[in-house]
Amino acid sequence: MTDKNDYPTLANADLIDAERSLFCDARPVPYEPYPVDFVEKFANWVRANSLWVLAFGTGCGAIELNPLMTSRFDANRYGIQMRPTPRQSCVIVVAGYSSVKTLKRIIRSYEQMQGPKFVLGLGICSLNGGMYWDSYNTIKRIDQYIPIDLYVTGCMPRPEALLAGFIELKDKIKAGQCDGTNRYVKDFDWYKANQKKVIKNWDMPDYNW
Amino acid sequence: MNLTHDFSPTPEVDLASGKYVKIWHGPQHPGITGNMSLELTLCGDEIVNCKTHVGYLHRGFEKLMERRTYIQNFPLVCRIAVPEPTFNEYLYSAGIEDLAGIEVPELAKWLRCLNLELMRLGSFLMWLGGASGAFGMSTVYQWTVTHRDYILDLFEEMTGARIYHMYISPGGVRAPLPDGFKDRCLMVMKKVEKLLYEVETTVLNNAVFKKRAIGLGVISSDMVDAYGVTGPNQRAAGYARDTRKDSPYLVYEQLDFDVITATGSDAFDRTIVRYQEMHQCVSLIRQMLDRMPTDGAFHTPTPNVLHWKIPAGETYVKAECTRGEYGYYIETDGSEYVRRVHIRGPSYTHAIAVMEKLVIGANIADVAGLMVSLHTYPPEIER
Amino acid sequence: MIEALKQRLSEHFQLTNLTIKNAGLAFLWVEKHELEMLLRQLRDFEGYTHLSFIIASDHIEKNQFKLTYMLHNYDTKHDLGVHVDISRVNASMHSIHPLWAQAWTYQRELKEMYGIDFPESPRVDEDFCLEGWDDMPPMRRDFDTVKYCEEHFDDRDGRATEENRQTMKVNIYPERGE
Repeated sequence: MTDKNDYPTLANADLIDAERSLFCDARPVPYEPYPVDFVEKFANWVRANSLWVLAFGTGCGAIELNPLMTSRFDANRYGIQMRPTPRQSCVIVVAGYSSVKTLKRIIRSYEQMQGPKFVLGLGICSLNGGMYWDSYNTIKRIDQYIPIDLYVTGCMPRPEALLAGFIELKDKIKAGQCDGTNRYVKDFDWYKANQKKVIKNWDMPDYNW
Repeated sequence: MNLTHDFSPTPEVDLASGKYVKIWHGPQHPGITGNMSLELTLCGDEIVNCKTHVGYLHRGFEKLMERRTYIQNFPLVCRIAVPEPTFNEYLYSAGIEDLAGIEVPELAKWLRCLNLELMRLGSFLMWLGGASGAFGMSTVYQWTVTHRDYILDLFEEMTGARIYHMYISPGGVRAPLPDGFKDRCLMVMKKVEKLLYEVETTVLNNAVFKKRAIGLGVISSDMVDAYGVTGPNQRAAGYARDTRKDSPYLVYEQLDFDVITATGSDAFDRTIVRYQEMHQCVSLIRQMLDRMPTDGAFHTPTPNVLHWKIPAGETYVKAECTRGEYGYYIETDGSEYVRRVHIRGPSYTHAIAVMEKLVIGANIADVAGLMVSLHTYPPEIER
Repeated sequence: MIEALKQRLSEHFQLTNLTIKNAGLAFLWVEKHELEMLLRQLRDFEGYTHLSFIIASDHIEKNQFKLTYMLHNYDTKHDLGVHVDISRVNASMHSIHPLWAQAWTYQRELKEMYGIDFPESPRVDEDFCLEGWDDMPPMRRDFDTVKYCEEHFDDRDGRATEENRQTMKVNIYPERGE
């Protein structure tokens, strides 16, 4: 094993001294694919068929997640189910606009999820601000703060559109194209700088793991 | 009137003593209604202190509306309360019509009323699923959300959209009913009624539900006016107050319905009141479909909406939504832009001040049930 | 009914103005120092027991905030809006949380959104909707939300946004746009 000192650590400069020892200061590590190609392909197939979605209704898009998960559209058929905790889930759905206050919670939830993890942007306002383009409290582009794998646009996207989005996401995972986890690790400093630019009271560790 | 109630917010507790533990209930939590959070201080599993945190959905609507023309605000207002957009559309339109002196045609009033009652039923169905889910009966959640979807199908036929209808525009409505809508609507009502009887046997007569909900979160009668409690929460405390009866709007004067009340004022009685109001909704929708005029104008000609200037003035219009008094205060200054809009959502007091009081002394397992029994929607709190 | 109410109130208070909007709605203006007593009178003796909301609106041209306290009388089914004009400079107002237990929430919102101080109101300095806000209170008329957005949030390339006045002038009604 390599010594911890070989890796650069995070400063956690915004935490108070008493709390600094409570949190991890390691940087995120990239996801390493299996060395054998067909094992990685098998792993991707497995991942694509059990998408566990974090049950976090971040915005108004959450209203269409209810029909999607219940008996009419029944996303459970595709191996999609809601989980109440980020530790068990691998997909986070950013359901519409995110206010700055929610963005902080989204980041915190996202960083706690197990990799490889995927992000679905739902609704036009997660893509480019939508009708809240001039609102002082909603961000315009979610992909500046966390890496997005797929957008489902519209206001409000129908459950069918959401379902199509999930199937598209599965295809991308199977093809090994969803590299959001590694993008986040690679451009970690860029993402952090963007996050800290809008979140004024940053009172959490730099990487919530 | 002699109010003996303690008005002060809940006191601080001494966390350093080690007796208490502080946990967060939400915003990322399955037992919370929407995106808000409760900061709970526990002693064992009993709650001794609670602070509510809202603002996760704040989009600054009231600011944005001051920057947009009257017609540009029309697609914006329905986004304010996600599960019940039509009440926003109706009240915004009613406020504008009041200030501009526009008279709405008769057919439009009936169509608006039908739209509002369908929305109320759909919203109650969603709530019923959440309420039974919070008490551990997730099967009912599957049933009710599906039945709400049938109502959304009716909306799609009537307005063209499932969630954000943008149907009730200033001056009337956007379209008349499509052919054969009445039969399909009656069919859905039949399905919903059948579901309601099933729910009565599985939820309302369920021993577990009764055991947990009776006596949970009692709103005492002196709290009702002090905290501004409205809607089913107020009626469950024994007050027969309903905006639809007290100051009738649209066609409610011509419809036959009673104000439903209960006396227990706990989570169980609030559920019973809402359950009976769902039956009332079905009855109202049937009455409207029977007595609605079949033809006539559905929209009054309005001035060119791109240059619509409304005379200076102020007004307050309100309606009874599923949760209580929903109101719009609109102030104009004679220009093309609105001067000030304020949206009074009933959840504002229910979810913040009332919740903080009621949750004291409850167990942590009952917080979700208590919260859902108040029927709160965060988006209308922070707007 | 509202005329009789005005008669009774005029004996004790200096009502500066009264507008009757319709049978169920009226607005009256009162001086800042009389507000608390007037609300107490309305609540205890006139039956206006329900407080619908408290809001402010910014009248920057008069250098004033207009506060509105909307009351409802369940017996006569009447809404009464009580207006108070307060100065925009160092705006501050008496708290009415002893009268209605929910009032402190509204006052907390007004403090955050307009910067109006309510000295005795509980928890008035806590964040309400915004978190870590360090700019001017956003609901004030002179807060420019578009400028704030441009400074803090980046646009996606290719998105074009048009101010409707400009669009009307150029595209839709060239001769009529202002």
